[in-house]
Amino acid sequence: MTARVLQLHVNGRAHAVAADDHLLLVDVLRERLALTGTKQGCDGGECGACTVLVDGEPRLACITLAAAVEGRKVETIESLSSQGRLSALQRALHEKLGTQCGFCTPGMVMAAEALLRRTPQPSEQQVREAIAGNLCRCTGYVKIVEAVLSVSPTEAAR
Amino acid sequence: MKHEDLPPLRDPAPPTHPVGTPQPLIDGVEKVSGSARYTADLPSAGALVGRIGRSMVAHGVIRGIDTTAALALPGVRAVVTGEDFAAPYGVIPIAQNEWPLARGKVRYRGEPLFAVAADDDEAAAAALAAVRVEIDPLPAYFEADAARAEGAVRLHDDKPGNLERTVEQDFGDVDAGFAAGHLVLEREYDCAEVAHGQIELNATLAQWDPEAERLTVQSVTQVPYYLHLTLAQTLGLPGEAIRVIKPFVGGGFGHRVEPLNFEMVCAALARAAGGTVKLELSREEVFLTHRGRPATKTKLKVGFGRGGEITAVAAEVVQRGGAYAGYGLVTILYAGALLHALYRIGAVRYRGYRVYTNLPPCGAMRGHGAVNVRFAFESLLDEAAAALGVDPFTLRRANLIEPPYRTLNDLQVNSYGLPACLDAVERASGWRERRGALPPGRGLGMACSHYVSGSAKPVHWSGEPHAVVNLRLDFDGGITLLTGASDIGQGSSTLLVQVAAEVLLLPMRRFRVISADSALTPKDNGSYSSRVSFMVGNAALRAAEALKRSLVEAAAKQFECAAGDIEWLGESCGVAGTDRRLSFPQVVRAALAENGPLTAQGTWSTPPETQGGRFRGAAVGSTAGFSYAAQVVEVEVDADTGALKVVKCWVAHDCGRAINPLAVQGQVQGAVWMGLGQAMAEETRYHEGLPLAANLLDYRIATAVESPPIEVTLVESLDPLGPFGAKEASEGGLHSTPPALAAAVQDACGVRLARLPLLPERVLEALTHKRRDDKAAAARAARAQALPDRIAEEAR
Repeated sequence: MTARVLQLHVNGRAHAVAADDHLLLVDVLRERLALTGTKQGCDGGECGACTVLVDGEPRLACITLAAAVEGRKVETIESLSSQGRLSALQRALHEKLGTQCGFCTPGMVMAAEALLRRTPQPSEQQVREAIAGNLCRCTGYVKIVEAVLSVSPTEAAR
Repeated sequence: MKHEDLPPLRDPAPPTHPVGTPQPLIDGVEKVSGSARYTADLPSAGALVGRIGRSMVAHGVIRGIDTTAALALPGVRAVVTGEDFAAPYGVIPIAQNEWPLARGKVRYRGEPLFAVAADDDEAAAAALAAVRVEIDPLPAYFEADAARAEGAVRLHDDKPGNLERTVEQDFGDVDAGFAAGHLVLEREYDCAEVAHGQIELNATLAQWDPEAERLTVQSVTQVPYYLHLTLAQTLGLPGEAIRVIKPFVGGGFGHRVEPLNFEMVCAALARAAGGTVKLELSREEVFLTHRGRPATKTKLKVGFGRGGEITAVAAEVVQRGGAYAGYGLVTILYAGALLHALYRIGAVRYRGYRVYTNLPPCGAMRGHGAVNVRFAFESLLDEAAAALGVDPFTLRRANLIEPPYRTLNDLQVNSYGLPACLDAVERASGWRERRGALPPGRGLGMACSHYVSGSAKPVHWSGEPHAVVNLRLDFDGGITLLTGASDIGQGSSTLLVQVAAEVLLLPMRRFRVISADSALTPKDNGSYSSRVSFMVGNAALRAAEALKRSLVEAAAKQFECAAGDIEWLGESCGVAGTDRRLSFPQVVRAALAENGPLTAQGTWSTPPETQGGRFRGAAVGSTAGFSYAAQVVEVEVDADTGALKVVKCWVAHDCGRAINPLAVQGQVQGAVWMGLGQAMAEETRYHEGLPLAANLLDYRIATAVESPPIEVTLVESLDPLGPFGAKEASEGGLHSTPPALAAAVQDACGVRLARLPLLPERVLEALTHKRRDDKAAAARAARAQALPDRIAEEAR
């Protein structure tokens, strides 16, 4: 186990983080960078609450080594709003009650964000598949799916 | 300042009416932006890491726990055991037999035995490994039958036969009811144990101030008040030395109604270490903490008259309760009590057995106590409808009640939207046109259910009001609503603002909610048994009325008129019939000039007639308002694999009045979906007490791909006691899902399954049996057909 300085690029900012090689991305985000929007709901790769984007692709931060994302672009839930204003996707989830307890929401939003960037006008099945790795225990996914589908392509592109 | 000094009033906003309008959650922006702080997210720089050491033995006598080596390790600040606690605990005052860390005996694998606080994860892990534990094993029992068998060792000395509670209730002449029955069916049903599966892991942050001898605990609780009481009791601290704060809570579903061992352990570690300790459980540990719905075996016998009317019911329910009392006696009482109040029933006999076993303790879970019995009851009704040759809807309609109605067990039904619920789902699902006309392998099933809007008698019967809300109004014109009710995602804070804003006719943006902090908010019995909308909603309504009275009086004084002459319009008020007007800020200034900041209190308690009868256990099931639901489930059965695909669910829920229709829909959808999970796949499994599915891959919670559309119709029966007529919305829709699915499977492929979950292998096995039986029956028929010919031939 050796500590070294990782050069991380998170939410548009460069961070130099001294970290052991085995340190997980979720712990770096939450404990070193105070980005607690990324949640941990399981013992590794079960629930999707820690979903972040790495070079635009959804990744589970709880089974990703921080060292593995050096030099890559990491985006967390905190990056989506602009000047504190919600993104169209976040607004849709808020207004259509795609969130109840809210714990799965950041991961859910990031998974859906990745989908909408790739596929601005997804089908219902595509939405369900895109968030299939994100467990929600409150909503039965009904209003989450409705919310994601309601984001228009122009809004999704921002 | 007299009214003539006031500046002219410019276009005040009109009165607002948020009740009945869909409202996003008032804390929704924090949730979607990631800024909502749950317990694990709280700033905790410098906090020690807490970890729990657990028993590897399912049942045994603790001979010793040696912590010396662990304490000597670098970075280890405290090690605690059961001996560090002052008293046992349990959510029910008469059944407190659990220690935060085991004392004397261990009773399940994974039971907390000792705990450590250390500088970091590595030091904590080393400390856990260094503690030496000596346990003499005892015989262990993992099924109710084994624990009840003669000669079984008692888990708790005071409970012979390992029976935590036996319930014997008889209402009416059951034998005469069966004798009068045109059809009497008797069946057995078996439901597996399930868990809450809230996505937030359990966590507690505890701070001990050694100089002041004060404890501050922030935790994932649904009932901060119970936690407060239990911390005081188990740590031997005076109540005033404790402050309990509820941050954002990531779901509960009953898991967090009871005070839980890790919360007390974290506090004990903080005290022992003289500082701050953060204790986060793994998902495996959350499963071990359990408190879920018990494995339940139900023997049910129901008699029916010619018209399908239910003449008598006899039910025997055995719940595998796990190692400690927890909510157990309430769960077994609910199972009997809620046989009543859904339909008119001639007579009821109930026998309930809550059994101690060497497994993690069961507790309250969404639909508490009534889900598995409802599965049995509705499944039997479905079978009876077929036997009587009537439609399942017709059979239900033959047994409706008319409010106001007193059940045999003294429950009070004041509003009853079930008839409208039945009509709604029958229509929405196209039942009449489509049932029987679907392609092979597809089927429709229906069922009904109900639930309480809060228990009419709280667990801690102190005589205090059931619910209290404070409103505080100061110079800024903002109203702070203070409540001890826990918003755990159901939207209760939003609802309380809607209610208060509706009374005051003010826009919701004038309100803020503080919930919950024992240093600030009034005591509340918390979020359980769907009590918050009904009870705390009523308290908020009354608090807002009180605040309005103060403001109206201040306005009357300004205008030098009688209070009765004031026309209150929220953002403005005036003297009726004149153009004399004050804006809301002006009224606030006038009111504050008299007495300073305003504080108004509203309280609410259930009326005595709703608190149940006088027999033992009568309080359980009593409520001020029952919700009702009916649903239809459409399923597709794969005949080759036994796999089920739920095509769609239609549910109608009688929520009295939908104060927030958006949130009510969300609650009903979530309840139905959770019922589907129990019906299709969820099951905690153990091998010799070792959990086999203590993670979210093996414990199969449905993903978005596997989850059907759920169409909700809200039926608003306007309950006479509910705030604006409202009743509960979060639980009652769940109970009817498993039986509706089982009925749909029967409709689709002709097999009736009495065991949950309806796993593909069980469906397939039933289909295989059915094919074999059908084939044998066909062969018999052919032989019977052939027989007379052969006899005739031989005779020739």
